[in-house]
Amino acid sequence: MIRQPANLIIGSLLLIFIGGMALLALFWTPYDPAAIKLISRLKPPSAQFWLGTDEFGRDVVSRLMTGAVQSMTVAILTVAFAVTMGTLTGLVAGYTRGLVDRILMVFSDALLAFPGTLLALGLMVISGPNKYGIILALGIAYAPSVLRIVRASVLSAREREYVEASRVIGNSELTTMFRHILPNCTAPIVVLATSMFGWVVLAESGLSFLGLGVPPPAPTWGNMLSAARTYIEKAPWLGLAPGICISLTLLGINLLGDALRDRFDPRMEQR
Amino acid sequence: MSTETPHPLLSVRNLRVATSNGHPVLHDISFDVEAGSIVALVGESGSGKTVAARAAMRLLPKAISPVAGEILFEGRNVLKMSDLEVRQVRGAKIGMVFQEPMVSLNPAMTIGAQLVEGLRLHERLSIEAAFARATEMLERVKIPNPVSCLAAFPHQFSGGMRQRIMLASVMLLRPKLLIADEPTTALDTLTQREVLEVMVDLTRTFGTAVLLITHNLGLVAQYAKKVIVLERGRLIEAGPVDDVLHHPKEQYTRTLIDALPKRDHSRKPLPEAAPLVEARNVEVTFSGAGNMFSTAEKKLAVRGVSLDVRPGEVVAVVGGSGSGKTTLGRAMLGLLPLSGGDVSFRGKSMATTDRAALRDYRLQCQLVFQDPYSSLDPRQKIADIIGEPLAHGPKLSRAEKAERVGAMLAEVGLTGLGDRFPHALSGGQRQRVAIARAVIRNPAFVVADEPVSALDMTIQKQVLDLFRKLQENHGFACLFISHDLGAVSRVADRIVVMQQGLIIEEGSVDRILDHPQHIYTQALLEATPTLAVAA
Amino acid sequence: MHTLSKYVAKRLLWTLPTLLIVAIMVFFLVRMIPGDPAQLILGDSASSEELANLRANMGLDQPVPVQFLYWFGNVLQGDLGHSISNGVSVLPLMLDRFQVSAAIVLVAVTLATLIAVPAGLLAAWRQNEHVDIALVAASTLLMSVPSFWLGLVLLLVFGLKLGWLPVVGYVPFAEKPWTAITYVILPVVTLMLIEVGVLTRMMRASAIEILRLEYIMHARAKGLSERTVLLRHVLPNAFAPTWTMIGLVLGGLLGGIAVLETVFTLPGLGRLLVDAIFARDYPVVQGCLLFTALIYVIVNLIVDLCYPLFDPRVAAS
Repeated sequence: MIRQPANLIIGSLLLIFIGGMALLALFWTPYDPAAIKLISRLKPPSAQFWLGTDEFGRDVVSRLMTGAVQSMTVAILTVAFAVTMGTLTGLVAGYTRGLVDRILMVFSDALLAFPGTLLALGLMVISGPNKYGIILALGIAYAPSVLRIVRASVLSAREREYVEASRVIGNSELTTMFRHILPNCTAPIVVLATSMFGWVVLAESGLSFLGLGVPPPAPTWGNMLSAARTYIEKAPWLGLAPGICISLTLLGINLLGDALRDRFDPRMEQR
Repeated sequence: MSTETPHPLLSVRNLRVATSNGHPVLHDISFDVEAGSIVALVGESGSGKTVAARAAMRLLPKAISPVAGEILFEGRNVLKMSDLEVRQVRGAKIGMVFQEPMVSLNPAMTIGAQLVEGLRLHERLSIEAAFARATEMLERVKIPNPVSCLAAFPHQFSGGMRQRIMLASVMLLRPKLLIADEPTTALDTLTQREVLEVMVDLTRTFGTAVLLITHNLGLVAQYAKKVIVLERGRLIEAGPVDDVLHHPKEQYTRTLIDALPKRDHSRKPLPEAAPLVEARNVEVTFSGAGNMFSTAEKKLAVRGVSLDVRPGEVVAVVGGSGSGKTTLGRAMLGLLPLSGGDVSFRGKSMATTDRAALRDYRLQCQLVFQDPYSSLDPRQKIADIIGEPLAHGPKLSRAEKAERVGAMLAEVGLTGLGDRFPHALSGGQRQRVAIARAVIRNPAFVVADEPVSALDMTIQKQVLDLFRKLQENHGFACLFISHDLGAVSRVADRIVVMQQGLIIEEGSVDRILDHPQHIYTQALLEATPTLAVAA
Repeated sequence: MHTLSKYVAKRLLWTLPTLLIVAIMVFFLVRMIPGDPAQLILGDSASSEELANLRANMGLDQPVPVQFLYWFGNVLQGDLGHSISNGVSVLPLMLDRFQVSAAIVLVAVTLATLIAVPAGLLAAWRQNEHVDIALVAASTLLMSVPSFWLGLVLLLVFGLKLGWLPVVGYVPFAEKPWTAITYVILPVVTLMLIEVGVLTRMMRASAIEILRLEYIMHARAKGLSERTVLLRHVLPNAFAPTWTMIGLVLGGLLGGIAVLETVFTLPGLGRLLVDAIFARDYPVVQGCLLFTALIYVIVNLIVDLCYPLFDPRVAAS
């Protein structure tokens, strides 16, 4: 897409910035993100509070930083969960084919028949709004996409002549699988996991915005936005900052995803 | 001054083409194509022959452009024309046929719409008249049932048919010049012949000149008047076909000529011996594309074939696509289940339940694939690929293994390339790797499935020579599968011809090539291009 | 045409098992919530008599598969139960809310397609030139902005600061058409902008693939103008994958755009589900999930059935 190095560099810088913000927040924030100070309610950005304060007088910068921690944790854990589940089931489906494959496919088709976030919404009914509920719900919602991609790459890799060559050499099916098939499936998994990271950040902030995500008072970008809605006229900075954080994260991921896709897709590489 | 000789139809003068970052693609190329003549542009992949031809229609990719020289078509410089003028030349005056029939027709448009499109663009015709012209042209290129063909989509036709449809689409406009870019490389020998005959016939009728781009000198000898040899963007040699092919001035041209199939009489007759591999009435069935709603159709790919291969013997299996030759090869390696008959190895039937015997058979047999691009795992280094089969032989220490791999690399002429990845190698080099992998464990029997058909002619020759050398050094028996009688004559002791799942003729190389009995073999032989035709 | 009808039949039959599994999942979703199902469905205010009635009706004394059949039988007859909060029958309630979501989504996605297809085609045609880089940058940026935030910003600018458009609320179209339109302009524009990003990138990527193929070179070699090459040969082939994408987007959004409906306080299907989740109104939750999945499956079915129009090879394989 744009210029090969440009999207890689800008994307990585954005993610390093957001990730660095989250890491820093683990050790230090300018103020206590939870400290309520009613004297300094809804203060506009100033030298003291760089991005102002919210309706309880809490420092927006500190809350954004802590919010980054929340978003990153949820995203990393969800992606890890979905990729692990999806890869395992996808390998089984693509490897065994036959009945097990059929059953797994029918289930993944059914799960994919719910638009992603909606399935998570439904699952949140059971778990109620909490962080681990989100991770589980989003993980289950996104795992079928991984399953499909892994299964498809396993099936296509199986047809490659080097896989037949491996059998002719005398390798067992399992050796063939792990030495020749799985390593050649990693590229699409990495690309998918990257964009999934973006979907999760978006979905989590959306759920939190609806009040079905990480419950307050824990600051997340989503519930900061939700709270800001009430004060949008009086204190627009409250709404702008978290939105910009989400957008920058997603932009970074999309750019990085493009760069990865360009690198891994041999057809793109030719030009 | 201009009265003595009229303009040649196409005249390329000192053409220089370079990429946008200044890397030269063509250096100072000059050649002429006279009206009504057939001129061949010969070279291997990367020689710039396609670039030279596309430049004549100003159809180069954005990244490549002419930097100097001129291309005169009917005396006018194509490079200086306006876009509109170029478009009036394209199609109407110069037509172009491409290499890949599978992707050169728009899959979303009917054949009729695609044929009529160009016609109505350049000539004022009613739809009915245009369709009538299209139907007539389809008849001329021998498409059965041309009227229903017009309403069909490209995916409903085979490669050879599509190439003829392409030809019809281009010749409909009766262009002055036809640029044929490797028009038959993707087709098998017989289809190749059919398409070329139709092309030559049509162009002769319409007085169309042909610029035939090819890497196959056999075709040049058979069809062209004049030949131009390109190597890495430079014009090496040009002149009448007879002069160039029979008295080449340049070393490179000689290499190209050498690469043409030649029979090898140096092979000694093999001593009588019990067959190593025996196939008895082998039948293989394929279930067609079935799904949950319809039962699959069963199709016999191999219909009762018996074949012996003696130790150290090279048996060539020759046939067109769909003849069952590849299936037979896989079946003789035990890679496909037989639906009838039996294969035995050293007198032991493979139908045995003795797993140790089966594994022993598997380990003594190897396969070399057609496509050197997909037969090597892109994530393994060359040395690892070649060394992998050693894991299943007798236990070797790391040093012994490295030594064997090193020796093998040297034997196939790839010393020093062991820690590269496959993508860093050329097609010919990759095929050497695939052969090395098959040979390293000293197999008794090797099936080579079209091992050179994806390669350029000179590379084909090198790989075939290497294959022969290895076969003589290691003494393995071999089933050499090919659609090309020419390639086979270099390596085989015996030839078996297959058609529609049956062996129709077999005999020694000399017998088959000199006295073919079956009509199919005769057709195949006649379609095989050699220099002899020109002589 | 025989292969085509076969393709249609096959595609139709494939959706049935999917829908069945969806129904089973929705059924068990509510059953997995701890507590008495009859109590959950009637709410805390129900009398013991009502509870007993419902228990018999749901077959709660029977094994679980039989209970599913009871429920599924009702669903097939269009009976999805009654809302706990206000006693309204679930199906009409959903259909009512669906109109609001559907109107906004259909208009927004149509507009987005009308913008994205030419933009993607132009970008692909001018690949790596300034126009392309600008278009890719713009659509990547749009794709990266969360819809609810973009909505909030537009609301702030056009509603509050400039005062051009009403801020929140909804007026049914039938009552005051003109006012109704002013209320939905902002949500439609927000949604359109987001989808333009996704669809432009998709269109560009597939057009680039097509532009490399030999039949495009063949079309140019016939002497066709670039315009004809793009419109007749590139567009139909490149549109096929984008068409599938439109189906996914449309199917996903028609089930409700909960976050946008929240931003603009619109009474759509998404908001209905979210409110039902908060109110523990399980019949409505069940109904919304089932309805959404059904819409998603149907939209994708329609999209797939239209696919052979763009790519005749599909029906053949």
